[in-house]
Amino acid sequence: MATATTELADRALGAASIAAPAQKSHLTRSRVRAAWLFLAPMLILLAMVAGWPLFRTIWFSFTDANLSDLSSAKFIGFENYLAYNDGEWYGVLADGEWWNAVWNTLKFSVVSVTIETILGLIVALVLNASFPGRSLVRAAVLIPWAIPTIVSAKMWSWMMHDQFGILNHMLLGVGLISAPLAWTASPDLAMTAVIMVDVWKTTPFMALLILAALQMLPTDCYEAARVDGIHPVRVFFKVTLPLIRPALMVAVIFRLLDALRIFDLIYVLTSNSKDTMSMSVYARQQLVDFQSVGYGSAASTLLFLTVGLCVVLYITFGRVRFDGR
Amino acid sequence: MKTYKSTTLFASFMLGAALCGAGAAYAAKISISCGAVGQEYEFCKTGGEAWAKKTGNEINLVSTPNSATERLALYQQLLAAGAPDIDVFQIDVVWPGTLNNHFLDLAPFAKDAVKSHFPAIIQNNTIEGKLIAMPWFTDAGLLYYRKDLLEKHGAKPPQTWQELTDTAKKIQDAERAAGNDKMWGFVWQGRAYEGLTCNALEWVASYNGGTVVDKDGKITINNPQAAAAINTAAGWVKNISPEGVLNYTEEEARGVFQSGNAVFMRNWPYAWSLAQGPESAIKGKVGVSALPKGGADGRSAATLGGWQLAVSKYSKNKELSADLVMYLTSAEEQKRRAIKGAYNPTIESLYKDPEILAAAPFMGELYDTFVNAIARPSTPTGAKYNQASNEFWNAVYSVLSGKAKADASLAQLEASLKRMSRGGKW
Repeated sequence: MATATTELADRALGAASIAAPAQKSHLTRSRVRAAWLFLAPMLILLAMVAGWPLFRTIWFSFTDANLSDLSSAKFIGFENYLAYNDGEWYGVLADGEWWNAVWNTLKFSVVSVTIETILGLIVALVLNASFPGRSLVRAAVLIPWAIPTIVSAKMWSWMMHDQFGILNHMLLGVGLISAPLAWTASPDLAMTAVIMVDVWKTTPFMALLILAALQMLPTDCYEAARVDGIHPVRVFFKVTLPLIRPALMVAVIFRLLDALRIFDLIYVLTSNSKDTMSMSVYARQQLVDFQSVGYGSAASTLLFLTVGLCVVLYITFGRVRFDGR
Repeated sequence: MKTYKSTTLFASFMLGAALCGAGAAYAAKISISCGAVGQEYEFCKTGGEAWAKKTGNEINLVSTPNSATERLALYQQLLAAGAPDIDVFQIDVVWPGTLNNHFLDLAPFAKDAVKSHFPAIIQNNTIEGKLIAMPWFTDAGLLYYRKDLLEKHGAKPPQTWQELTDTAKKIQDAERAAGNDKMWGFVWQGRAYEGLTCNALEWVASYNGGTVVDKDGKITINNPQAAAAINTAAGWVKNISPEGVLNYTEEEARGVFQSGNAVFMRNWPYAWSLAQGPESAIKGKVGVSALPKGGADGRSAATLGGWQLAVSKYSKNKELSADLVMYLTSAEEQKRRAIKGAYNPTIESLYKDPEILAAAPFMGELYDTFVNAIARPSTPTGAKYNQASNEFWNAVYSVLSGKAKADASLAQLEASLKRMSRGGKW
């Protein structure tokens, strides 16, 4: 059943096992050296563009650095995180706004990723079926994802405008609402608006990843199911879903990583009040608006740890394996 | 021998390139950051080009975000990196305390010109004895109203906020009943940004509720008058103001007012020449007055706004940049901007200029409003102003959006400001 995928994975593993020092023959060692040599430019580049800023941020989080004069930063230990002073707790971890931002981000991530996964799955199933003009539809579906987030956020903010917005106009026309809604301004609706736009924007990404998995499925078990006269819904849950599960889990991880650091959409679309503030918006506000690089870096570091923790939990409990088995 | 030759060739080429570079520097290109609210960008461009033509230099305009909060963030990033890309910065009246380290002392360039400007603004722009910015135009919150609608419904421009609420409600309902179902009573700036601080300060001050932080840095915001003022404003949302006002900046509010869909608007003077412009739907139907009082014993309060021009310390052409600043802030240029764009001059004598008064009569009528405008507490809070302002607008925003009660929100604001200032010491 899953032989095709397993075979593919084995072939991929075969390439990777060069690095495994099972037998240290001369040839193996020189191949290992060559592998490192080829990897080196990428590793150096990664260390420069990802490792160095990360290290610098973590370092700043232990200092009292200020944006107007970074050179005079002094080491202050964990004070940016938590400090006790004159009967009051200070620091990011004692700040209610930070926890509000954490809660907003988690809420946003869970809801948007869930909806995107379900919708993406449906879109992928539709696009997997053969119908005339399929390639055209496949390309068209990708458009929202190809538009830069800033542009789509601005576009949606006009469409959601309470006075001249097309969205209210259409809903009023159909009679679903009796008065125009203030999509991006109302505290109850702002988060919904952000989720809506995010779903619109990233469902194609999910659909694409799931479609790739669907295309690799073997056709024989579907034929067997058809011969046995099994209901298509049952086939979906018993055959398709288990087979694409590994790919689905990886797709969800990608989206989750992205959703947890949401910034641009919220920043452009909403009024940036506490109702929609995400962890990244909080960190940026401290870093740039308030110029407290130390404090903001502490928030960024905590954001990094939170994202890391979420992924570790997800991988452990979701039993995700990246080798495709 | 051959290598030697090619080296000389290379050297002479480099020398030539260097000379060309020096030649280019003679006619320098000065970059200026301009706001783009309303016609700001146009005026910055025409003014800058006139200077460029006069002095034989080039000018490069950099447009910046409309929201003052976002603009400050951009400046902070540029200046913290010591970027020489922008020579002249247009800065808000509340920023000198935050950005002073990055700007040049303009006093040697300004000389006597300083004396003609309003002393209060010059004092505001002088930090630790350095004049870090020249005043360009001043602002104060004004109440715009529809003369035609007020006449039609037999109402007068309101004297108190209560009158404004009643008039707005009456006209809004009557107009809606007459089929104009997009009509709203009052639009203002309610987005969680610096503009809300300006709006809310006006409400609070008009109820004699202080200025959030007083001159000595004492936190005064937690008082019953302030709570009453903010409660009044919260009562407007969904009643005479659309809920969307909670995401409006200046331009969104003007959009609604200028398309004829609001009776009253709170905005800065720049909206005048646009509302009276040839493309406006309400040309000739607009009146301007001072903002209403809090109550019978309240007062009319307008927040002091306005923009200054500063020269970056990292500029490669400091003297030319300063020259551009002096040109743009001169009486002649301020007069042109006042007549064509309704930008309030910062030079006292221009308020008696007949041509200006003919083009923007409110500048004469509301002279007292401009002179007595209330400053935001940027001086006592210093470098922490932006943070304090952020707390204030968020506290107000949570009341306006119905998430919190005014007294509870202000008590919490007081606590967080105390915490921020470590007990009012800032």
